[in-house]
Amino acid sequence: MDTRERPLSPHLQVYKPQLTSILSLMHRMTGVALAVGTLLLVWWLVAASLGGEAFTTIQTIIGSWFGRLLLFGWTLALFYHLCNGIRHLFWDMGKGLDLPAAYRSGWIVIAATIVLTISGWVCGYYSMGAL
Amino acid sequence: MSLRTDLGKVRGLGSAKEGVAHWWAQRLTAIALVPLMLWLVINIAHLAGADVKAVQAWIANPLTSVLLILMIVAVFHHMQLGLQVVIEDYVHTEWLKVACIIAVKFAAIALAATSLFAILKIAFAG
Repeated sequence: MDTRERPLSPHLQVYKPQLTSILSLMHRMTGVALAVGTLLLVWWLVAASLGGEAFTTIQTIIGSWFGRLLLFGWTLALFYHLCNGIRHLFWDMGKGLDLPAAYRSGWIVIAATIVLTISGWVCGYYSMGAL
Repeated sequence: MSLRTDLGKVRGLGSAKEGVAHWWAQRLTAIALVPLMLWLVINIAHLAGADVKAVQAWIANPLTSVLLILMIVAVFHHMQLGLQVVIEDYVHTEWLKVACIIAVKFAAIALAATSLFAILKIAFAG
């Protein structure tokens, strides 16, 4: 059996971090984080269906500084995963696979994530009348 | 040109023939979730600080109910497909890997059912 030189997946401990590898890692990490975050979404829906004290409790928790920090992390992870997911869909169509294009789309994803997250929070604070 | 390895040819087992279905379902749910999640975030941002009556009225709106149901189904399907791949990549002890995948799939279905029940309860029973 001949063993051809096949590409190996990079050893993260000795592999120089690059934008492309970091973004790839972040896609998976935000995906797992969002899975945990769905618990909050389910809790919110159940609390809304129960009404009364259940809803007041979750609203107090989300409204606290820690709750807002969690929610901010959730929106950041969501918009990142969403934007980078679209990048993946373009790759699936065979588009933008060369290195310059992968870097360009990577920076676009970072910029879009920041813009969308800030827009979402401005929108939220605006509807609370805080702006 | 065959892309199969020599070892693969000798063993002659072929593929499991179901990888594409998993891959395709993940993409379909991803495409569906792009508009659904944008819609959700915009609406939740608008509901910031709203009382329970306003939130219930929003959920009880027929269009909202249907979109929420679609969102929940797509989210939890997408979630369990993604977590399955993560588990398959990092958990190498066979029984633990299978146990984790079963736990994730059961949890996804339980959480989706709970969410759907909550949405329908608000929509029909107020």
